[in-house]
Amino acid sequence: MVEVHLWSGLRSLTGGQQVVEVQAKTTGELLRELVRAHPQLQAPIDAGVSIAIDGRVIATGLTEPIPEGSEIYLMQRLRGG
Amino acid sequence: MALDDRKSEFTFVGTRPDRPDGLDKVTGRAKFGADVSAPGMLHGAILRSPHAHARIVKIDASKAEAHKDVKAVVTRADFSDKVPFQPGLEGEFWNVLENVMAGEKALYDGHAVAAIAATSALAARDALKLIEVEYEVLPHVTDVDKAMASDAPVIREGAADYSVPEGMHPNVVRYHESGHGNVDAGFAEADLVIEDSFVTEATHQGYIEPHACLGMLGNDGKGELWCTTQGHWIAQKTCAALLGIETSQLRVTASEIGGGFGGKTTVFIEPVALALSRKANRPVKLVMSRSEVFRATGPTSSASMDIKIGMKKDGTISAAQGVFRLQGGAFPGAPGDMTAMCAFAPYNLTNVKQIGYDVMANRPKQAAYRAPGAPMGAFAVESVIDELCKKLGLDPVDVRLKNAAHEGTQASYGPTYERIGLVETLEAAKAHPHYSAPLKPGQGRGISCGFWFNHGGETSVSLALSEDGSAQLMVGTPDIGGSRASMALMAAEVLGIPYENIRVTIADTASLGYNDVSHGSRVTYASGLATIKAARHAVERLCGRAAAKWGIPVDAVKWEDGCAVPSGPNAGDFDPMPLADITADMGATGGPISGHFEATPEGAGVSFGTHIVDAEVDPETGKTSVTRYTVIQDAGKAIHPTYVEGQYQGGAAQGIGWALNEEYVYGEDGRLQNSIFLDYRIPVASDLPMIDTVIVEVPNPGHPFGVRGVGETGIVPPLAAIANAVSHAAGVRMRQLPMSPPRILAALKDNG
Repeated sequence: MVEVHLWSGLRSLTGGQQVVEVQAKTTGELLRELVRAHPQLQAPIDAGVSIAIDGRVIATGLTEPIPEGSEIYLMQRLRGG
Repeated sequence: MALDDRKSEFTFVGTRPDRPDGLDKVTGRAKFGADVSAPGMLHGAILRSPHAHARIVKIDASKAEAHKDVKAVVTRADFSDKVPFQPGLEGEFWNVLENVMAGEKALYDGHAVAAIAATSALAARDALKLIEVEYEVLPHVTDVDKAMASDAPVIREGAADYSVPEGMHPNVVRYHESGHGNVDAGFAEADLVIEDSFVTEATHQGYIEPHACLGMLGNDGKGELWCTTQGHWIAQKTCAALLGIETSQLRVTASEIGGGFGGKTTVFIEPVALALSRKANRPVKLVMSRSEVFRATGPTSSASMDIKIGMKKDGTISAAQGVFRLQGGAFPGAPGDMTAMCAFAPYNLTNVKQIGYDVMANRPKQAAYRAPGAPMGAFAVESVIDELCKKLGLDPVDVRLKNAAHEGTQASYGPTYERIGLVETLEAAKAHPHYSAPLKPGQGRGISCGFWFNHGGETSVSLALSEDGSAQLMVGTPDIGGSRASMALMAAEVLGIPYENIRVTIADTASLGYNDVSHGSRVTYASGLATIKAARHAVERLCGRAAAKWGIPVDAVKWEDGCAVPSGPNAGDFDPMPLADITADMGATGGPISGHFEATPEGAGVSFGTHIVDAEVDPETGKTSVTRYTVIQDAGKAIHPTYVEGQYQGGAAQGIGWALNEEYVYGEDGRLQNSIFLDYRIPVASDLPMIDTVIVEVPNPGHPFGVRGVGETGIVPPLAAIANAVSHAAGVRMRQLPMSPPRILAALKDNG
């Protein structure tokens, strides 16, 4: 299991939880499991999210491995100029 | 992409060879967006709304269509409203279409409502007057705070997404909230708490080359497009969607680009040229005037911000909180979330909370302008930190060092930082002669830190070797900052052949796999990583040919200084075989040798900078002179240091304009009042001091050579650093940008 830290604006979609535990070996699995646990998270995920694994920001990739015990933060998808 | 083969000793990387596009650009041989023609070509012109907000009741183009020089007229009816949306792009495709050509309503002064193709540019412009448009003028709003007020006119119902709390005005379309700790407890621990509010106006990227393109589209759905753009694959995908054709049937070639800075990451005139071409069955060229660029392409957001920071007497920040309201024109997309996430990112904070709003108003659709959203937030936050330092009698660099984020710090936006270089930039600032140089009376010194994320993105690169041992490298990211030079240096480093023997081309959409836009400071990072990998792929094949010639296993061959050599004494005794000896007969030893790489690199690595500015304010006129400027920024590894310095200097120069003079001025009627460079004042050479630069190199673990993007971070600190310098020089805190002479005079007067 990994703990996924959400940004606080998402608490209204998870019944107040800011940390959600899911079973996932990749970033894609993680997003699927988040939606399974909290279906309302589909909207922010569809709008675009990035995932930070131990501080490394995965902007879009769904196949990045998630090591057991790693620190996971969900972030809004980054945009640049 | 974790890399265990990182390199730290270099032969070519870090040198400063001549730029490959230099001769073309100084002789006029380089072809920009407006520099091409085609047989039978028509010229396009676009009719734009004179109203900030109006229902389009009727468009009668019959008189224009009857004119002998007019070959086609298009309106929204000529675009695909049943767009075959791509996953994830649904909303934005529609927004781009609505921006390219108005539908039911004109949403801002300058919004396109119809277009004409005629036999000359003059005839096209004249014929616009023959199109009759009946408008029902609606109430408008251009100010961000007024657009959020309960009595503001609604720009588009239903544009808000899931994130917006109930009860907000429909013009608020996105909401972001993040942070950690308990800010109330943190403020209670502080010896001094300052709360203040700040405002910035929209500014334009000010690229010298206006948008320009040549489009050809036949009724068979096959087309060609030449345009000035930061990303021709996104231009291809968007134009195809908006015109209802297959993506692969439209070939897009990127011209040389005369500046983009984020403003050329989308399309404006390209789909219009193609729609006109399809209707007229002739090629159509469209070139924007400067006024059109200002009125109808993306400036930055304007912003209104409230900051509260608590500090202990020793300089420790005990809590920080910010509310950032960004106006992004009549479409969703203002980067309020990015502003919020970047604002406090330089600091190691126990208690932090940030809120960002994306607000619509009757202005052109905002576009990125280097590090979109970050400069405004830094202006507000770093101004308050400066004021805290002043009131507590603390040195501003020491306070920033005391609170600086480092490896292991929890970022204000959530995760724990990997290796970052903020402390190194602050230490370099403290040690720099500029920081200890005496100031003259009437001068002030300001400093600021700045942060930007950087990006990877989809990337494809191909490298082909020629028989004579030279190499052609094809990348798909338009060269907006010297990337052809840095790509050639990285390929030279891997292949071991001279920089001059490598020609880098920006390939068209038919010649290479998909490439994301040149944005997010991603090109030297991502195209660079792909170039290194493509060159290594070619080297593997070169080693294979050498192994076959020597009759030894391929794993007994390694590549060293441009030659295949046996990997050790047991591999055999052979003289080094240079690259050119292998390519000379490659056609007969297995065929052409190329290298390829396609991926979405995920390890861009965040970046920090610290700026030092001296400014002098004339109390009689309110004019500010920037007398000295030093940029210090972490580049990870500077591939071509001259270009890196250029990026740093460019960020400072643009920041000086944004801080002191540049702004979108709207009249009561919602019309832009200053849509030419005479009235919208960007800095010229005589406005600028020598901008000194210091390149700090803290390698990015996510790139084989340690590269971090450098294109955007340089625009983040200037607004704040200059505002702090001006505030000290004037003796009054400046809370609104630009700090133009009238605003400074008013502030001096208010201050007695």
